[in-house]
Amino acid sequence: MAIRSLLHCLAVLGLLGLMLAQAPAARANTLSQATALFAADNFSDTGKAIDLLSASDLPAAGDVLEALGDRRLFVTQDKALVYRNKAGAGFDALTGKPADIPASLSAVRINNRLRGTIETALGRLTLQSPDANKRRAAALAVLKSRSPESEAALQAAVRAEKDGSIREIQQRALAAITATAPNRPDIDRLAAIEVLRDSGDRDSLTPLSLIPDTAGEGVKEAAKRAVAEINNRLALWAGAQNAWYGVSLGSVLLLAAIGLAITFGVMGVINMAHGEMVMIGAYVTFIIQEVIRTKAPGLFDYSLLMAIPAAFVVAGIIGIAIERLVIRHLYGRPLETLLATWGISLILQQAVRTIFGPTNREVGAPGFMSGSFNLGLMEITYGRLWIVGFALLVFFAVLALLRFTPMGLQMRAVTQNRRMAASMGIRTGKVDALTFGLGSGIAGLAGVALSQIDNVSPNLGQSYIIDSFMVVVFGGVGNLWGTLVAALSLGVANKFLEPFAGAVLGKIALLVFIILFIQKRPRGLFALKGRAIES
Amino acid sequence: MSAKVTDYLLYLDGVCVAFDGFKAINSLNLTIRPGEMRAIIGPNGAGKTTMMDIITGKTKPDVGDVLFDGSVDLTELDEAAIANLGIGRKFQKPTVFDMHTVEDNLRLALKMDRRVRRTLFWKTSSGEEEKLTKILATIRLTDLRETLAGGLSHGQKQWLEIGMLLAQDPKLLLVDEPVAGMTDAETEATAELLKEIAKDHSVIVVEHDMAFVRALDCRVTVLHEGSVLAEGALDSVSADQRVIEVYLGR
Amino acid sequence: MHRSTLMSRLFARIDSRGRIFLGLLAAGIVLMPILNLVVPPGSPLHVPTWLVSLMGKYLCYAILAIALDLVWGYCGILSLGHGAFFALGGYAMGMYLMRQIGTRGVYGHPVLPDFMVFLNWKELPWFWYGFDMFPFALAMVVLVPGLLAFAFGWLAFRSRVTGVYLSIITQAMTYALLLAFFRNDMGFGGNNGLTDFKDLLGFSIQSNGMRVTLLVVTMLALALTYLVARFIVTSKAGKVLLAVRDAESRTRFLGFRVEHYKLFVFTISAMMAGLAGALYVPQVGIINPSEFQPGNSIEVVIWVAVGGRGTLVGAAVGAILVNLAKTLFTTGALAPYWLFALGALFLLTTLFLPKGVIGTLEEWRNRKREKAALAANTVPAE
Repeated sequence: MAIRSLLHCLAVLGLLGLMLAQAPAARANTLSQATALFAADNFSDTGKAIDLLSASDLPAAGDVLEALGDRRLFVTQDKALVYRNKAGAGFDALTGKPADIPASLSAVRINNRLRGTIETALGRLTLQSPDANKRRAAALAVLKSRSPESEAALQAAVRAEKDGSIREIQQRALAAITATAPNRPDIDRLAAIEVLRDSGDRDSLTPLSLIPDTAGEGVKEAAKRAVAEINNRLALWAGAQNAWYGVSLGSVLLLAAIGLAITFGVMGVINMAHGEMVMIGAYVTFIIQEVIRTKAPGLFDYSLLMAIPAAFVVAGIIGIAIERLVIRHLYGRPLETLLATWGISLILQQAVRTIFGPTNREVGAPGFMSGSFNLGLMEITYGRLWIVGFALLVFFAVLALLRFTPMGLQMRAVTQNRRMAASMGIRTGKVDALTFGLGSGIAGLAGVALSQIDNVSPNLGQSYIIDSFMVVVFGGVGNLWGTLVAALSLGVANKFLEPFAGAVLGKIALLVFIILFIQKRPRGLFALKGRAIES
Repeated sequence: MSAKVTDYLLYLDGVCVAFDGFKAINSLNLTIRPGEMRAIIGPNGAGKTTMMDIITGKTKPDVGDVLFDGSVDLTELDEAAIANLGIGRKFQKPTVFDMHTVEDNLRLALKMDRRVRRTLFWKTSSGEEEKLTKILATIRLTDLRETLAGGLSHGQKQWLEIGMLLAQDPKLLLVDEPVAGMTDAETEATAELLKEIAKDHSVIVVEHDMAFVRALDCRVTVLHEGSVLAEGALDSVSADQRVIEVYLGR
Repeated sequence: MHRSTLMSRLFARIDSRGRIFLGLLAAGIVLMPILNLVVPPGSPLHVPTWLVSLMGKYLCYAILAIALDLVWGYCGILSLGHGAFFALGGYAMGMYLMRQIGTRGVYGHPVLPDFMVFLNWKELPWFWYGFDMFPFALAMVVLVPGLLAFAFGWLAFRSRVTGVYLSIITQAMTYALLLAFFRNDMGFGGNNGLTDFKDLLGFSIQSNGMRVTLLVVTMLALALTYLVARFIVTSKAGKVLLAVRDAESRTRFLGFRVEHYKLFVFTISAMMAGLAGALYVPQVGIINPSEFQPGNSIEVVIWVAVGGRGTLVGAAVGAILVNLAKTLFTTGALAPYWLFALGALFLLTTLFLPKGVIGTLEEWRNRKREKAALAANTVPAE
């Protein structure tokens, strides 16, 4: 078995070797014929030379034709074909090696008709280029130009094409030609319209609007329907894209708000320094990246992974310190808590400004977070996708923590009935500190994510604090699910308002909406009801 | 105002209210005649406080009629409107205005035009002073009239709150556990005070203390799981088998 | 007759602290013009014009602080939107001052302010009409913040949004206004706001005389604000406000329409804040959207807290003290540490001085007096 496959391999290798050995000779032949024709320097011979080159598989054929189009192609005294590249350096067309080109030489002449021929030939050459990107670009170019001259080459290319997505473009380009070229039978046009309609993107709209008048009524009708259908689909995808932007914004809001949902929603503590916990998380990320940059650049892709626990711990410890030193003394005095934590936020901001300077700090994106992919007609960047995933992960982790762990049970017990919990042996002070630490730590996590999409500056937290409070209040205090729904719906609403109202006005509209909403439902979307809540 | 539907001062019919599925009040019927004093007893969670909340407009019933003075639908009014109709309430936990003096607490409660522009340019009348002096004497706080209410003892706060009810001069008084935390002597005095008040007011008293209820010597309604379990004189009610079951557990 | 009794009743209600406060203001009103205009610059008694403007600024803040104390100290409404009411009053005055510039602007347009010419606007937006008339502008100074407060309060108090919730939505309101005023399309000069004022009622705004006049007017306004606030808090309505602050639902069960009282005091307070803003703008020469920063509104709260909430005079004193400290810090080498100091002020006041300076002093005095009374009572008994 193994021996047989080995033999196969050898045979294939041998064949390849033969081909490689033979090819240069054939190529040289084609090129010398073309060179002779170019040398004649009359339009009809030049046209023949173009045809010759475009039918060949000469690697340099593309460069030569392009040079010809730009009048950078020359035939030397000793009948060698040379060209300058765009920068002006000379090359030998046969060998591809640098060549001296005397300034006295004049370029092979062309006229407008030849220019057209060259373009088509170039299209044909690239249509079957070994480089997939070039083939794709060429097919797209034909789809745009819809020149019937490319039809034959395109058909050949379709037959040879292995890549499905490129073949789809090529077929669409063919359909575009059939739909728009004069004198095609209606039945072909109808089939072409169907192909264009099914592809359903923006590029297909132009050929559908350019159906010649000679086509039958049925064809025109079908084209109109197809245009409407494509427009519908585009609108749908645009909506989906917008929804994605909204979800992405919503996940940022969610991240910023989860911590607050715990400190404010569960504990009832107004922490105006919450934004600064987010900011600290972002700076922890910055520090870790700095250390990695100088000490172990190879680990850069893992920097965020390392920042996650670090930011959680740092922000969490600061949170515990704040709770123990300040907030503990202010329980039952929410307005004073608000003021004291605002003071803390000023101090933290200024401390960071003193240490790291007032300017933005650069936090890089690891490899796996850069780039994007297409989903249908939507573009999704990996960075945003990770943030959405991360936000949901944090959300469900917190939910599980509160619901399934002993610590979560104690937290809920303390927040529901402090005295009862205390009398059952729960150390309420410790639980308070840990709960506040958890909320702060989660804010730190948010900072890691936000460092990827926002400026890491001492003011980072300020821009999130009001939004986070809006999310928590809108969602209903003490209800994590409410926070999730509120964050996502506010994010999506914001993005859908933006096209109509602009970013700022959209945001204002949302703020006004929430203010009015709180009047209607003072306890948010998912308010708990009952007598206990009233007091 | 529409015509009188009933002769009762307070008329509750088929009132239900539920919190998150839990039926705090379940088709409750209750009627109070003008000038009547009524004691309401019942175990914890029987719906006593919720009933008070419904009458005073804090909680809106899901279904049922709540009529005051035979024709006014209380479910459509808010707390302030109901208070101004003549329904006063004393809370379970004594709530007085700690940062005001005893005197000012009573002044705030005195029957008057309660609109902003009236109170802004309010001038004390001699009638007001007279009334005040009388109430202070009744609740035995004359010596403490300049003291901040926050500095009063628990029992004194209870009395001050009753005094505030008197100042309001309502047609109907709702009194929630007036003797909780009081000494026996204080309890007795409170019973006397309430009986005195009941001479020209209708009064509903919610209380746990049976000795106190007995001292009130009035009709008793037993609430259980949000509806009326028994009603009548204290002796007949306390002989009722179902009442005994509820209090002793099954 | 009625008026005079009202006045006498009002003065009867002013405590010793208030008399000292009003006395100082009266002295200022008399002395400041003399010390600035009559006393020659070389004399040690001369008050330079920059100091006059600085004092004017502080006293505007004092008015704002009294306005906030009225709602927070006496009714428990922690408004984080008073900076916005202040700014709105300031903008109303700024609009008048802009219209006064006339053809002296950079573009020399007779009607349109420079920034509108710059934005290629052809006509004055409707909401700028009338601001060339001083009485109209003056009315807007109090009406605009008052109406906003009334509308906002009508919604919020009716649906019983209280405590921190109310604070948060007032902050959201301020933030929304901040965003709105940053927009050029709003027609209020966008980012740059309104500035380059020339004169007020025909007199140059830069002149010494005008500066002193503005200070005197500010002092009068402060006195008036104090008197109105004092009248409210010592009236029976003021007792109701205190009752609302301490036991809101109990007040309701007594038959008071809590929302009406809150709405009344909130609206009055917003109008006072607007007045403060209107006096502030000509003295500092600019009004821009940064006045709407939520942080500004919170800073007002700390002035009141430092001075002592629920004391009126304390609020004014707090505003002056904190801003004096701010000026000293931010003009010297300590500038980078100002935010540390301010943050610490927030912390220390709430933790260790919840009654503020004036409130704590008063407590000491009361305690001393009680002790003295106790001693006086017990001695003869023995």
